[in-house]
Amino acid sequence: MTRHVLPGFRLSVGYTLAALGSCVLLPLAALVWTACELGPSGWWAQVGTRRVMASLRLSFGAALLAAVIDMVLGLLVAWVLVRYRFALRRLCDALVDLPFALPTAVAGIALTALYAPNGWLGSRLVPFGIEVAYTQLGVLLAMVFVGLPFVVRTLQPVLESLEHDLEEAAYILGASPAQRFFRVLLPLLWPTLLTGYALALARAIGEYGSVVFISGNRLFRTEITPYLIVQKIDSQYDYRGAAALGAVMLAASLLLLVAISAWQRRARRWARLR
Amino acid sequence: MAAIAAVVSIGGRPAWTTRIARAALVLAAVAVLAWLLVLPLLAIFAETLRQGVAFYVAAIRQPDTLAAVRLTLTVAAIAVPLNLVFGLAAAWCMTHFQFRGKALLGALIDLPFSVSPVVAGMMLILVYGKYGWLGAWLEAHGWQVIFALPGLVLATVFVTLPFVARELIPLMQAQGSEQEEAALTLGAHGWQIFFRVTLPRVRWALLYGVLLCNARAMGEFGAVYVVSGHLRGITNTLPLQVDQLYEENFSAAFAVASLLALLTVVTLGIKRLLEWRHGGDMRAGY
Repeated sequence: MTRHVLPGFRLSVGYTLAALGSCVLLPLAALVWTACELGPSGWWAQVGTRRVMASLRLSFGAALLAAVIDMVLGLLVAWVLVRYRFALRRLCDALVDLPFALPTAVAGIALTALYAPNGWLGSRLVPFGIEVAYTQLGVLLAMVFVGLPFVVRTLQPVLESLEHDLEEAAYILGASPAQRFFRVLLPLLWPTLLTGYALALARAIGEYGSVVFISGNRLFRTEITPYLIVQKIDSQYDYRGAAALGAVMLAASLLLLVAISAWQRRARRWARLR
Repeated sequence: MAAIAAVVSIGGRPAWTTRIARAALVLAAVAVLAWLLVLPLLAIFAETLRQGVAFYVAAIRQPDTLAAVRLTLTVAAIAVPLNLVFGLAAAWCMTHFQFRGKALLGALIDLPFSVSPVVAGMMLILVYGKYGWLGAWLEAHGWQVIFALPGLVLATVFVTLPFVARELIPLMQAQGSEQEEAALTLGAHGWQIFFRVTLPRVRWALLYGVLLCNARAMGEFGAVYVVSGHLRGITNTLPLQVDQLYEENFSAAFAVASLLALLTVVTLGIKRLLEWRHGGDMRAGY
């Protein structure tokens, strides 16, 4: 008897590896190689400039914050969709996927048209001194937009399968609504919330299409790192510089994701212990 | 949260404070969705219709726009079947076999989700571009990848790679290998097992994955932007056409964008229909 009972192991692994190799692994190796070729000083010359540093701060800062906002709004939306029955529930549920399915460039110009100083919302907000389009607030808004479905869709199945007995026990023992939420529900949902956070974060860091229109790409202010990469490729044909920036982005986002999944493992163990 | 009290008091009518708190939560959630998601969608159609139907039709019938429509359809027609086969192959080996490096393979399948589309496009240039690793070899054989259709397809395949596999793997894992093994003992050969046993069991999940994959493939911007060189009428897909028109003719950009927005609405509609009719078949169990 062979190790594998069913046929097709070689064929399926072979095709999977061939596709991954030509499409993902080879390009990834080329990126790492090109970035390494630069050497530490060459690399720092590309990354250490004021312009790049400002963009990295904005890209990662805004993405980290946007994913937190997504976590709060996503929890609210998922909670309401799972626990309550109301008139437009099915429509609302379907709408959640919109940022998944709407092409990013379309989302970008739509948000810009809405929040530009002469736009429908922008013209109402500017008198109050709130400028969204062409500011860092706009970058944040676009990132919140693309990340929201990740949190909602991760939470929904978990909320649906959550047993009510712990909440009921807490209620009977006299816990207030706030206590029940913060001391019973939140610890149970925390690992799932972190999964949603990581997904929304990964998407927000790399997002290009929906951000570049509303950000306006102002020097040192609203340039995100993906925009700088595109600039290097498009107008300067500087593939090495682009590779240096790409390697930094990739390494930093993978590190963040690994850190979040470690935190999540701890949270999950803790939730089980309780 | 007062909502929990509502859960507890099943049977009786919840207190009026509970009902107010519940209504407030529902309103807040609906307001978030309306503000964050519905308003931008409405903005596209409002901007589109502002100039009237005649302008709309004229903007769509521009030769460059029609070329972009054709290119977008072509790219999706190549990239989506490629990912369909990839998803099936990946799910088959990930769910029916135990082998070394399986966890690593699973992580690699998901990797494109954590790579910025722009970085993905740039990585492809580093391999397939004129000065890339394979550039000289490809040029000697007369193949142009970057700034041409193959590059667009590669970039699209990269960003949509996990879509089908991610729908299939959890489902096939939950279904197990028993039925395939039973077919094997009854004398079926590999392709018979695949087409007669496995495929019918996963067909709705497969369709679901293809639907999402297609929506993303037709709407991809960042990765395609980098590898296409955005040559008008030649390598411009619809999203790239929207970008270029946005610089010069605001209203025409929205007319083209509305096509993509319609695609989104149709995609979400079919998705909902699939979940409603075949939701059970797409989750664990048969």
